[in-house]
Amino acid sequence: MQIQSPGPSVALAGVTKSYGETVAVDDVSLEIAGGSFVALVGASGSGKSTLLKTINRLVEPTSGRIAIGGEDVTAAEPHALRRRIGYVFQNIGLFPHMNVAENIVIGLRIAGTSANGRAAELLELVDLPAAFATRMPDALSGGQRQRVGVARALATAPGLMLMDEPFGALDPVTRDQLGVRVRELHDRLGLTTIMVTHDMAEALLLADRVLVMERGRIVADAVPRALLAGDGGAAADALVAVPREQARRLQALERGQ
Amino acid sequence: MSAFLEAMGRVPDLLAAHLLVAASALVLGLVISLPLVVWSARHPGLARVTLGFASLIQTIPSLALLALFYPLLLSLSALVGGGVPALGFLPSLLALTLYALLPILRNGITGLNGLDPAVIEAADGVGMTAGQKLRLVEAPLVAPVLMAGIRTAAVWTIGAATLSTTVGQPSLGDMIFAGLQTQNWALVLAGCLSAAGLALAVDALLGMIEHGIRHRRRAQVWIAAAVLAQGVGIALAPLWPRAGDDKVITIGAKGFSEQFILARLIGHRLERAGYTVRYREGLGSAVVFGALKSNDIDVYVDYSGTVWANEMRRSDVPTRAAMLSQIGAWSQQKFGITQLGSLGFENAYAFAMRGDDAARRGIVSLDDLAAAAPSLNFAADLEFLERPEWAAVKRAYPLRFKSAHAYAPTFMYRALDSRQGDVISAFSSDGRIAAQKLTVLTDPRRAIPSYDAILLVSRTASRDQKLTDALTPLVGQISVAAMREANYMVDRDRNKATPEQAARWLEQKARLNRPLEAR
Repeated sequence: MQIQSPGPSVALAGVTKSYGETVAVDDVSLEIAGGSFVALVGASGSGKSTLLKTINRLVEPTSGRIAIGGEDVTAAEPHALRRRIGYVFQNIGLFPHMNVAENIVIGLRIAGTSANGRAAELLELVDLPAAFATRMPDALSGGQRQRVGVARALATAPGLMLMDEPFGALDPVTRDQLGVRVRELHDRLGLTTIMVTHDMAEALLLADRVLVMERGRIVADAVPRALLAGDGGAAADALVAVPREQARRLQALERGQ
Repeated sequence: MSAFLEAMGRVPDLLAAHLLVAASALVLGLVISLPLVVWSARHPGLARVTLGFASLIQTIPSLALLALFYPLLLSLSALVGGGVPALGFLPSLLALTLYALLPILRNGITGLNGLDPAVIEAADGVGMTAGQKLRLVEAPLVAPVLMAGIRTAAVWTIGAATLSTTVGQPSLGDMIFAGLQTQNWALVLAGCLSAAGLALAVDALLGMIEHGIRHRRRAQVWIAAAVLAQGVGIALAPLWPRAGDDKVITIGAKGFSEQFILARLIGHRLERAGYTVRYREGLGSAVVFGALKSNDIDVYVDYSGTVWANEMRRSDVPTRAAMLSQIGAWSQQKFGITQLGSLGFENAYAFAMRGDDAARRGIVSLDDLAAAAPSLNFAADLEFLERPEWAAVKRAYPLRFKSAHAYAPTFMYRALDSRQGDVISAFSSDGRIAAQKLTVLTDPRRAIPSYDAILLVSRTASRDQKLTDALTPLVGQISVAAMREANYMVDRDRNKATPEQAARWLEQKARLNRPLEAR
């Protein structure tokens, strides 16, 4: 897999999504530079997943415009747009009637592209043995399944990766390993990655830039160091306080021994 | 055992017709319901409507559903200026198709709605079009559940197809209905076993396909499908067009022994004249005249009083000869139907009692009966209580029975025998009147019209001189004694004859074999 030119930029202008009276995303405008790794952090119901899904049109915004690499997302049919974007989400959604290899190359198959040898290559990329190719999804552990999910998203060599709580259902060890692996792949493949998570520590450790959402709005936007320094404002500080406090208690525990 | 083997001889032709109508209904049901499944799964409001409609259909008894299509198609045919067959294959196909919808729709819609939302999100997320999502993800995942629904539909359709006999579509039901009527249990058993065997075999093969899909065993699916296709192909073999099959004459018959016998009698005659014939037996008496009007059948025997009251809506009672000539003129002028004449006997409604019982109570006429009625139970045949004749009798004689129940004709005689009934609406040509020593009550007020057995030929068949020439010699040739005896051969409990054998006997008796050759 060769290194690509850096992934596309993403621009959101006045994006709003409301369901009746409820406003899930409230007039969000945002510029994301090509090649950056952005984490979107917030509590449940803050609108972060909804905002992410407006980018690949799994959710159609009520108003506002979104452009990827300068091109409006409504310029093409939704399915054509999504084939250019990798999408990984918490529930993974592997196709249970297809084996691992068939799952991985599904994006190529539906686009009518040859999948010659790509499955093995992609398995290697996500640290899975080649022998897994013929296994069925129900024969894999949760972590292995999400690795297949990541491989499937990368199969069509997209420039942009959207990840919705990708590691949310995994055990801590797997979660950490896979997070590190995804960041490596981001750098190696020159992707633009937008990752939704409720875990501030994960966001701080993986991302170049952290956005904090609250009630459909972006309330903080800073690099990890700045957030740790308290430049993010009250809402961001509250989220940062949790892992910081945990780290402090762990250190105290260590010293106390 | 030999009776059973003989009965099994009728199976192949009927099985083929049965399978054809059931399989066609299932295929048509699939063609209609599969798009509805996809559409309904996307629109919950539509799902409620389609499932509600299919459930409603299911609450209609299958027999009624089949019967409903007759008037429906008849009016449709009138609307488009004729040409829509109201009897036989079409109404059966439509009714059975409606029956097949529910299990397919329900399993399909429930299956699609029950798919893991994550899988659907993934399908959208990787950029599948709606068509790709259906073909690559939804269809394979819902297939086992859908297949289970198709199995249910297949078994229901094969079972309900036995009832298509009543609207004139040949099926294994022909054997069951005719067997019940003539108390030929070997025939009933052969019909039931064949229908059940067919249903089980189809269910087992579809089950193998379902199992194969569920466990992703492609070979199993293909083998079972191939066996099924092969089996259907072989079973349908008797229907493959044969050389020299020119004009086929359809002979109608209502659902009792005399009608079965007379239909064979007519059939033999036409066969000897070089025609190919087929039979539509077990038709309701309201349906059969309509079938003649619409040329769905070519010839059958009806009874003058029935046509007089039910079709002409007359309630006066003229003399036999006057009634015959008026019926002839009316049917000719209105529908182009030719009344060839009376066969020579009457099959009138007649009130009958056990002979000893009637003697003990001193009942000889309907007037006497009116006085004794409140202490007597009335066992009528299935139609009688709804017929204008019953209304006419009640107008002339104030009959108020202790109870009145309707029975299939065979069981009506049984009811009298077992004393569940004291009076029955018998038929004057019935062999059981003499055999059971019944007393037939007289009708001093002439409330019951005469019921001469008359030969009716449809408008299209009347144009065929050769056909009417072949049938005319039957007129006046069958005495009531001969008919009673022939009927009793079929209706008695021991040493029963088939309608076919009784017809041959009647031909001998009435010397009907000769005239044709003599001329």
